[in-house]
Amino acid sequence: MIPLSNFLIVGAILFSLGVVGLFLNRKNVIAILMCIELMLLAVNINFAAFSHFLGDLGGQIMVFFVLTVAASEVAIGLAILVAYYRQRRSIAVEDINTLQG
Amino acid sequence: MLETAFFYLFGGLAVFAALGVILSANTMYSAMWLILCFFNASGLFFLLDAEFLGIVLILVYVGAVMVLFMFVVMMLEVNKAQKREGWLNYLPVGGMVALILFIELIAASTSGIFSTGNMAMASHMGAEVNNTVEIGKVLYTEYLLGFEIAAIILLVALIGAIVLTLRERKDAKYQNISKQVQVRKEDRLRKVSM
Amino acid sequence: MVHATTEMTLNTVELMAIPLLPLFGAMAAGLFGWVLKDKLSHWITSSCVILSALLSIHVFTQVLNGAEFYGNFWTWIASGDLVVNIGMMIDPLTTIMMVTVTVVSACVHIYTIGYMHGDPGYPRFFSYISAFTFSMLVLVMGNSFFTLFFGWEAVGLFSYLLIGFWFKRESATTAAMKAFIVNRVGDFGFAIGILAVWYYFGTVDYREVFALVEGFVATNQVMHFMGMDVEALTFICLALFVGAMGKSGQVPLHVWLPDSMEGPTPISALIHAATMVTAGVFMVARLSPMFEYSEVALAVVIIVGTITAFMCATIGLVQNDIKRVIAYSTCSQLGYMFVALGISAYPIGIFHLMTHAYFKALLFLAAGSVIHAVHHNQDIRLMGQLRKYMPITYITMLLAGLALAGIPPFGGFFSKDMIIEAAYARDMGWVSEVAYWALMSGVFMTAFYTFRMFFLTFHNSDRVPAETKAHVHESPWVITVPLMILAVGAVGAGMWGDWGLHMTSEEVAHGYFRDSMMILEEHNPLVKLELLEEDHTKSHFWLEYGALILALSGIFSAFFMYFKESPLPAKLAAMFPGVYQFLLNKWYWDELYAVTIVKPTRALGTFFWQKGDLAMIDRGLIHGVIVNSVKAGASFMRNIQSGMVYHYAYAMVIGVFGLLTYLMLNA
Repeated sequence: MIPLSNFLIVGAILFSLGVVGLFLNRKNVIAILMCIELMLLAVNINFAAFSHFLGDLGGQIMVFFVLTVAASEVAIGLAILVAYYRQRRSIAVEDINTLQG
Repeated sequence: MLETAFFYLFGGLAVFAALGVILSANTMYSAMWLILCFFNASGLFFLLDAEFLGIVLILVYVGAVMVLFMFVVMMLEVNKAQKREGWLNYLPVGGMVALILFIELIAASTSGIFSTGNMAMASHMGAEVNNTVEIGKVLYTEYLLGFEIAAIILLVALIGAIVLTLRERKDAKYQNISKQVQVRKEDRLRKVSM
Repeated sequence: MVHATTEMTLNTVELMAIPLLPLFGAMAAGLFGWVLKDKLSHWITSSCVILSALLSIHVFTQVLNGAEFYGNFWTWIASGDLVVNIGMMIDPLTTIMMVTVTVVSACVHIYTIGYMHGDPGYPRFFSYISAFTFSMLVLVMGNSFFTLFFGWEAVGLFSYLLIGFWFKRESATTAAMKAFIVNRVGDFGFAIGILAVWYYFGTVDYREVFALVEGFVATNQVMHFMGMDVEALTFICLALFVGAMGKSGQVPLHVWLPDSMEGPTPISALIHAATMVTAGVFMVARLSPMFEYSEVALAVVIIVGTITAFMCATIGLVQNDIKRVIAYSTCSQLGYMFVALGISAYPIGIFHLMTHAYFKALLFLAAGSVIHAVHHNQDIRLMGQLRKYMPITYITMLLAGLALAGIPPFGGFFSKDMIIEAAYARDMGWVSEVAYWALMSGVFMTAFYTFRMFFLTFHNSDRVPAETKAHVHESPWVITVPLMILAVGAVGAGMWGDWGLHMTSEEVAHGYFRDSMMILEEHNPLVKLELLEEDHTKSHFWLEYGALILALSGIFSAFFMYFKESPLPAKLAAMFPGVYQFLLNKWYWDELYAVTIVKPTRALGTFFWQKGDLAMIDRGLIHGVIVNSVKAGASFMRNIQSGMVYHYAYAMVIGVFGLLTYLMLNA
């Protein structure tokens, strides 16, 4: 019998690694998107774990929705990235600086 | 006992793969590590009796989303050497934030607030309970509205992605059907009196 | 809470129409004057006011037959204990005011068509005077202190707007401001009085308050005010009377009234002679059930009225501006009215108010006709022999002058003589004695200054400058017809009021006013006068004919000095240079105020402006502390605004963790 906290700890580790990756990868927006996927995965693990331990299917449904939204996000995000790359020939975060005016 | 061993196997591999995602210099490798991470997470889902989600994660994520990632990575010919450049500059801030967050999450997880004692824990449902059927029962009744909205979101994402990336190429030749239909004989044939 | 109407009822729609018609006219001319143009503007406003006058006369005839009305139409304010209703109280006192106001206003409207012809602000002027008529009607017809106050403030506003009507003239705007500010002093007292009424009686409705007064006097409440213990009712009456002093130009708040002559002449006639300035008189008469119970307040009313009547008459003796002479005369006559009120002869005060409204409006309009003829010159030293050119104006002004001087059987004789005799009969020790003698001397002076002005304008030598002389002519019919209508009033109002309406009946209840005013039996000066005259042991020659003799001698001395050009006036002025200068400078009231109030206020204002606003707030606070801190803060904050999206994203992430940490620590 695996205790709940073990799953939560795995989720926490994955989430923290996602955050670290967010800070480290500044040359590549794709990597950032992947880090976000990682964080969402960590959340999903927590949802599934709680769902299991509470005996409530609502958590799994929530995972389902998160997956849906994450898929949409990736699709849109990558599309923006492609469009941006056509303009700038770069996907480095530092080059996204048109706000500086 | 076997379960515990599998948990540590899947959990440890997931964490290892996550480290690979954030540390590898090549974006393509990162994507590969992420696929591994998803596989292991899917294993964790199986341990949690969420068979449907485990399958969906592999089918949708690994089969569709990650393929999209790799497709884009290959299409954009990103400079490999550049990825790691200056990454140490942000390590202190990012590391600190992540560390604090990690400590907080661990503290919360192990504090006993989420102790299983006050949870109506259902132990293994057994093989006779079909997880997919159960999810279907709830999804099409209680969460029907959310399900519909999710469908619409996917539709919007689909159209949005096409709209964002579509461009008309001047050099490509293509048919203009409405023009073809509207054509009259005077446009094509000219009588010349000799 | 609609009260049942009493006795014979009046038609409420008709009553509502009386004030609302002028309001409609005012809005039409004021808001759409640019569309309606001059002609339609004056047609609409004038016909509205004339219709209103006809309705008033109709109501008047009904009230004469015993009808009265008292009722509320709707609730204006309901806040806790304070309930203010919009309603009307129509009784003989109200109706006589309504008729006076609307008739004079109608005459002035017609007159204005001629007088203001070609003025760029023509529709605006009509809008103002119609709106003024509305406000004045609200003032007199209302049934509570709040409607009174509303009308009171509104007439003040339109007075201000009309005095400053020619706003391009600096003197006009200054005079308007002066009128407004001086009135503010009075209105402040007035407001305090109304609040005190509400505080002590818990209601602002006339009838409810009047019903409570007697019981209230019995409780003998005392109020602590500025370290003194004042009887509450006295305090209320005095505070209200301060308002009356401001509005009616009584000493020491009279200074605005002569200056208000900067406005066009029709409004001098309407507002600053016939109606608005008499609002104070009306108010005191309306509140007679309260003033009657306060001996102190009555004495104060007499003293103020006496001083004003005497002082303004003396000033009027030497003024050279034709309108100012009449303005000071108005002040002085208002003093007479207040004395009448103070000696509890309320019906006589209102009687004089009515006759005065007609002949004084006539005087002003006639003066305006003269001014119009000589191209807006107002100096009587530059007139003379005008009777040859403008016979109608000449005759009407003569009638008005005789009425003002108090020559029988013209208007002023009946009312003014009655005031003087009543003052003699009312037995209040030195107060009424002084009042009597001051009023008697006032009679002489009134006759003198009126006819001095009259002779200098129409007789004497011809001093009109040559260039204007060619254009001097009688005014058009729109000007002369109102003059003639008012002349009928000036001549007949006295006889009609005395013999037709029995306004001077010694028991108010038996006369025209019925129970609209209250006089305590032991106060009633008219009964005392009656008793005095029945006592045949003493001669009453002086009492009965003294005033007439003084008036005639005043006219004759004016005739003697001014009918033909004579060196006498100049000699007299040279003989008493001090007195002459003192009077010419209006007892130095303006200078007194300049030194005691205006200059210190201005100095204080300059101090706050220069030191407080410019030095401390502008330079110290704004350009010093605030600007510098904003600059420093801006240069610091600018670093955060890098324009890099990922910085913002990181800030968001860090913010989320900060919040999470906060929640964790507080859990």
